[in-house]
Amino acid sequence: MIWLTWRQFRAAATMMAAALAVLAAILSLTGPGLADDYATGIAACTTQSGGCSNFVQRFFQDHQDPFLALTAVVLVLPALIGLFWGTPLITRELEAGTHRLVWNQSITRTRWLAVKLGLTGLAAMTAAGLGSLAVTWWSSPIDTTAANFPRMGPLLFPARGIVPIGYAAFAFALGVTVGMLVRRTLPAMAVTLVVFVAVQIAMPLLVRPHLLPPTRSTIEITTSNLDGINAPQGGGPVRAIVKAPTITGAWILSSHAVDASGHAVDTIPLSSSGACAPSQPQQGISACFAEIKRLGYRQQVTYQPSSRFWPFQWYETGIYTALALGLAGFCFWRIRQSLS
Amino acid sequence: MTAVIEAQGLGKRYGQRWALSDCTLAIPAGRVVGLVGPNGAGKTTLLNLIVGLLTPTSGSIRVLGGRPAGSPAQLAKVGFVAQDTPTYAGLSIADHLKLGARLNPGWDAALARDRIERLGLDPASRAGKLSGGQRAQLALTLGIAKRPELLILDEPVAALDPLARREFLQGLMEAAAEHELSVVLSSHLVSDLERVCDYLIVLVDSRVRVAGEVEELLATHHRLTGARRDPTRLPADQHVVSASHTDRQTTLIIRTDAPIHDPAWTVSQLGLEDLVLAYMGKPADTGRNDRPILEVQR
Repeated sequence: MIWLTWRQFRAAATMMAAALAVLAAILSLTGPGLADDYATGIAACTTQSGGCSNFVQRFFQDHQDPFLALTAVVLVLPALIGLFWGTPLITRELEAGTHRLVWNQSITRTRWLAVKLGLTGLAAMTAAGLGSLAVTWWSSPIDTTAANFPRMGPLLFPARGIVPIGYAAFAFALGVTVGMLVRRTLPAMAVTLVVFVAVQIAMPLLVRPHLLPPTRSTIEITTSNLDGINAPQGGGPVRAIVKAPTITGAWILSSHAVDASGHAVDTIPLSSSGACAPSQPQQGISACFAEIKRLGYRQQVTYQPSSRFWPFQWYETGIYTALALGLAGFCFWRIRQSLS
Repeated sequence: MTAVIEAQGLGKRYGQRWALSDCTLAIPAGRVVGLVGPNGAGKTTLLNLIVGLLTPTSGSIRVLGGRPAGSPAQLAKVGFVAQDTPTYAGLSIADHLKLGARLNPGWDAALARDRIERLGLDPASRAGKLSGGQRAQLALTLGIAKRPELLILDEPVAALDPLARREFLQGLMEAAAEHELSVVLSSHLVSDLERVCDYLIVLVDSRVRVAGEVEELLATHHRLTGARRDPTRLPADQHVVSASHTDRQTTLIIRTDAPIHDPAWTVSQLGLEDLVLAYMGKPADTGRNDRPILEVQR
């Protein structure tokens, strides 16, 4: 049975292996240079007076395109595996009628399914794991400079580390299950894609924020989280508007300004003659921040800190693997039913 | 006499429709069984139940004493050539033989190789490139070389031209005789089965209409021709299978174990095809014969 599984799977496996080899070759050729550039750049800028923010910004901008492309590859790979490995695994047999040939050899359907699911599923997880490993390694210097894409955030988190392995296992099992129910390859592919995308959207919206209770903190309003001060010409109320702060690597779930008694406010009302008013430019921005602080306004932030990256990776991989196992269990139950 | 297939009240339902109902059979070993019936009569359903591709909705079935497809040992004892003789289009003939060898502990590699050689097939050619007849032969080779005790074939010759049909059935019969196989093969054409089977099952509208040894069926069925009369007034041991009337004449096909003494009838022997056609019609109580004859020829 292992031979037959391999014989049927080898073309797809060879193609995937070749694609991964090309990717790995390109990344391993360019990766060390990229890491060197980053290391020398950082070493140079720390001694300079201006600090590293310019270098970090420029470094990210220079490498933004390959960074985004590789991230997309890791995000899309599990879906491709589900569509092109998972779905046809059973439907191809059902459509050609060959299940009636193979299920009447001296091997039970359960064993047949176990070998096919096991081998192809492991290959799927390996492929996704290797792809993610290569991209995670290659883009690690860029990840640290990507201020807009924190590694806990919804773009980078699912494209780094070990979660792609879980996604691949789930997508593969989903494809097989849908194929078994729909029984035709093309409609089954469409259904698999829709369900997988829905799950991948639902995960960061509904589940991942709550894997661990988010960290809450109350921070003062400074340059990092002040969006601007709104003062209408010709007098009127002066208002400060806040924005989400930047916490390195963290995924900001919510942020809003609160007043002295802790109630959320949309904007911070300020005196039109105080330190923040445009009529008092000589006092400078630090006086303005001092006034905001004196009035008791602060910002409340809930977020998932960067230190939870690996626990979250394990949790999420576990969740997806459990889903995949559940679907596989369903397939075993289903194949024992009438399916001829 | 041991039964290779024993079915008791076997039925299979799809939604509201019974594809097979109340099927009770006991097929003795060592027979070549012909399963005839029009398309949609439930032949494939019955065969799929025998090989365990389907599970019964009602009743029970034992094949060679075991539950169909219940274990690898059970699977090894039953060979199956499915409808349209499916093979893996992308795999070569040699791959198929290797598949058979890997998946069947009782695989007879020499037999398979010889058979392919005798058929003049190139082991390197892909199954998808074979003609219908060649593909059927490949499927039959897989079925025979696993050395089953019972070989089931679902309409194996339906798609073949007359020459390929004859060659296929010839090969099947040789193998059956050589390896003392019990064989069940289905067809909607009696003429396909006439020359090869010695046991017959007629399946119509999901029910078994008649089953038995061909010789016995031929010996107990007669065609009676005579002046027009009511077929219900026959001796109790004569069962009317079909009746047809013209203005002046009545023709009956009856089943009876006893000799026919009524001098008013002209008694003649039935061929297998006539016998099957008589059963394929509706039950004989309508007294009319305007029904279409199903599937006489394709």
